[in-house]
Amino acid sequence: MTRIAIDPITRIEGHLRIEVEVQDGQVTDAWSSGTMFRGIEMILRDRDPRDAWVFAQRICGVCTTVHALASVRSVEDALGITIPDNARLIRNLIAGSQLVQDHVIHFYHLHALDWVDVTLALKADPGATATLAQSISAYPKSSKTYFKGVQDRLRAFVNTGQLGLFANGYWGHPAYKLPPEANLLGVAHYLEALDWQRDFIRIHAVLGGKNPHPQSYLVGGMATALNLDNEATVNADRLSLLAQLFQRGQDFVAQVYLPDVLAIASFYKDWAKIGAGLGNYMVYGDYPSDVQNDQDTYFFPGGLMLGKDLTSILPVDQQQVAEYVTHSWYTYNEGDGAGLHPWKGETQPNYTGPQPPYEFLNTDRKYSWLKSPRYDGHSVEVGPLSRMLVAYAKGKTYVTQPVNSVLKQLHVDATALFSTLGRVAARAIEAQVMVNQLPVWLAQLEENIGRGDLRIHEVNHWDPSTWPNEGFGWGHHEAPRGSLAHWVHIKGGKIANYQAVVPSTWNAGPRDAQGQRGAYESALIGTPVANPEQPVEILRTVHSFDPCLACAVHVIDPKGREYANIRVV
Amino acid sequence: MENHEEILTDGVWAALERRNISRRSFLRFCSVMAGALALPASYAPRIARALEQTRRPALVWLEFQDCAGNSESALRASHPAFTDIVLDLLSWNYHELVMAPSGKAAEKSLQDTIASERGNYIAVVEGSIPLAENGVYCTIGGRSAIDIAQEVCTNAYATIAVGTCASFGGIPAAAGGVTGAVGVSQAIPGLRLINLSACPMNGANLAATLVHYLTFKELPATDNLGRPLFAHGDRIHDDCPRRAHYDAGQFVQEWGDEGHRQGWCLYKMGCKGPATNYNCPHIQWNDGTNWPIGVGHGCVGCAQPQFWDTMSPFYHTLPNVGGFGIEATAEEVGIAVVATVATLTAAHAVGTVVKKQIAKNKAKQGQPDPAASGTTTATTTSVSGLSAEGQEASQPETSNEEGTSV
Repeated sequence: MTRIAIDPITRIEGHLRIEVEVQDGQVTDAWSSGTMFRGIEMILRDRDPRDAWVFAQRICGVCTTVHALASVRSVEDALGITIPDNARLIRNLIAGSQLVQDHVIHFYHLHALDWVDVTLALKADPGATATLAQSISAYPKSSKTYFKGVQDRLRAFVNTGQLGLFANGYWGHPAYKLPPEANLLGVAHYLEALDWQRDFIRIHAVLGGKNPHPQSYLVGGMATALNLDNEATVNADRLSLLAQLFQRGQDFVAQVYLPDVLAIASFYKDWAKIGAGLGNYMVYGDYPSDVQNDQDTYFFPGGLMLGKDLTSILPVDQQQVAEYVTHSWYTYNEGDGAGLHPWKGETQPNYTGPQPPYEFLNTDRKYSWLKSPRYDGHSVEVGPLSRMLVAYAKGKTYVTQPVNSVLKQLHVDATALFSTLGRVAARAIEAQVMVNQLPVWLAQLEENIGRGDLRIHEVNHWDPSTWPNEGFGWGHHEAPRGSLAHWVHIKGGKIANYQAVVPSTWNAGPRDAQGQRGAYESALIGTPVANPEQPVEILRTVHSFDPCLACAVHVIDPKGREYANIRVV
Repeated sequence: MENHEEILTDGVWAALERRNISRRSFLRFCSVMAGALALPASYAPRIARALEQTRRPALVWLEFQDCAGNSESALRASHPAFTDIVLDLLSWNYHELVMAPSGKAAEKSLQDTIASERGNYIAVVEGSIPLAENGVYCTIGGRSAIDIAQEVCTNAYATIAVGTCASFGGIPAAAGGVTGAVGVSQAIPGLRLINLSACPMNGANLAATLVHYLTFKELPATDNLGRPLFAHGDRIHDDCPRRAHYDAGQFVQEWGDEGHRQGWCLYKMGCKGPATNYNCPHIQWNDGTNWPIGVGHGCVGCAQPQFWDTMSPFYHTLPNVGGFGIEATAEEVGIAVVATVATLTAAHAVGTVVKKQIAKNKAKQGQPDPAASGTTTATTTSVSGLSAEGQEASQPETSNEEGTSV
């Protein structure tokens, strides 16, 4: 038996360490550890709740903006504020475009190098690559000349002997299965996607002033002033720019991202049988169609699926969320076997790991700065796969149609979704579903403006003197990486307690009091490892979750003491 | 794109084919760069020559207590684009967010660079460095952040701190934080260092700094906080397109009101532009598409040290921050807050410090004209610099609220 520690796991946000045991070329057990801690929840204490989103947004700069949204929603929930319809639409547009851009970046820049061998692209015939490209997509950049240009650039780069970001990759590993032409296609689109993401996310500059970390949220609405005829507002010109950017997004997803995923997946269909893991999938649901945030109107419906049972979707109630610290570097007053709802969250840092520098963690005991959230005692997976499964099982046609189309093209049935490859495919399908929805919300916004409805903020609850003395709120969002929620306790106009349970906490958390593994740990079991020195297969499954670790501190036990903990996004 | 392909097949620009860019667009880029760096246009050819060198200087990018927002901002750079930077201009050898290898193979990329490029590579640091508890709040490959930073930064030619966290501690160092988070300059004194602060820093400023280094083999000139003058030499309030509304007394009073829809001044909604030195109004964000004030939300002062404590509550009008009992103008408070670089550990206790500064400024300068926009770069730099704080630090009524100094 061989013990391997992979640290840092790269091509993710944040600091993740994976330790695995390998026997006979397969992972037999796995431990996931977050190794960085900042303390944003603790820092939020005693501050103005209207400021919270600015702080919380800094939990993550990759899936930037998702924490800002969850934050304003939690405060609005605590204070009983209903936002205007235009604010709902602008939030949907910002969050939806974030999701699309994030998924594209994930596939090409964070995940593709696990499937694409860059060095093999040099052996490709540009003409054959053009034929391949034209057979799968109408994307105009598909000529032999184009691919020769990319290949020449790559060759020149390699010939300098300075391989930069690509140095020491696992090139030549037997797990790479693509023919040279598909590798060249992948490299070309890796570069195209770098340019595309920069252009597409200008949506955030239009509606949020900038990206990363857009700056137009308000508790009670948005600061995105609307006036078709003013240069300094969202005007006719900027609405037209949004429409153009959405169109370019639709083109890129339909002509590049989705066809590439299908093409690459067709060479890796064995990965539809690897990496299923827990088989429990949870979704809070999001993207409301009305300002009441009615769950039945969610574009991404909520629900819980247990044991891969597509025939049964259970309702989700946030009161059933609890967090464990049995294997996390914290202690609980009532003992480390307890699970606490976030409103009663209690987090006392208690680092018992090895002093740096160290070789291995003691995984029998505490081994991560992440806690272990559980839903009604279940270890669950969150993310695009969970969302697509729940929407699929609920018969949402805008999801069932693209899912069935992908399954048909790959000649697999729905059970193939429960896998590493299923996560990759679900993310691409979700990007397409979302990018096609963005123009719908834009049209609704334009319709409101056309009717003279320019309201963007609920001004009557801006002044703290209008607030109740005390309130508890939760704000949730279906972020690119999965179900995210913030819980806030406001007292006397200030934040008394603030806690975030984020997607990668669900997925990357350690074992709980019952010894149940987290989603990564579970999914890694059975993963093949041809060469422990080059664990590219482990990266495939870990990356399929799109890890995004970022840390926060949250606070306070019932006696009012302050503690710290970490979160992973 | 046809143009693009023609150039590739043309064969005229042999030297540039390797870079896959046209001579004309390359020279245009060099002119843009010269402009961004506030250099005369005649520098463009010099930039061009420097960028055409064959061996690319090495760069390693370290992430510690970060959110990767500065990495993402680098991905948004357009002149030059990230693709061109990492493939053509520099040898981008280590950057966890985007590099191919993980684990030991990634570590090898870092160690190879230190060994073969010692004293010649650029180290970029993103995120603060936690010094408490022997560094257990951030470890990578089993090593503490400070251990890694010591090795990498001291062996580099120069270090670029990206973002307010790496520059000044940022959000993990805000009141309430427990990890002992500090910026690079405090963690490792004495480095050749530049602070590209802001949350996140604008990728365009990073691109400009890198091009400056490639062209002149040195870092751009800085203010007393170690920030490049080209990016932090001017105050937002002085260059704000809404400044005329401020001068005319036209203020947004409520979110979404008529003034908001007319693009009036956001000062009364808490805008911190009067207290912030950054080139936001000029370069804007995401290919010059927009900026926070441009969308209708106030500046939060993210380019300033300790802004999480000194600039919040973000929606309080500047002179009323912390409830000072004295009359003051936005202008005066702006100068005062900019000059404040103490870490404020108590409940966002900007009050005492600012009050002192205002009193001092009044004594020194009389009543400054709130509408004055003629602040020169030199003046702005000195009031925003550590020296200003140093001069003021001996004020007698220093209270516990000020806490430890940076």
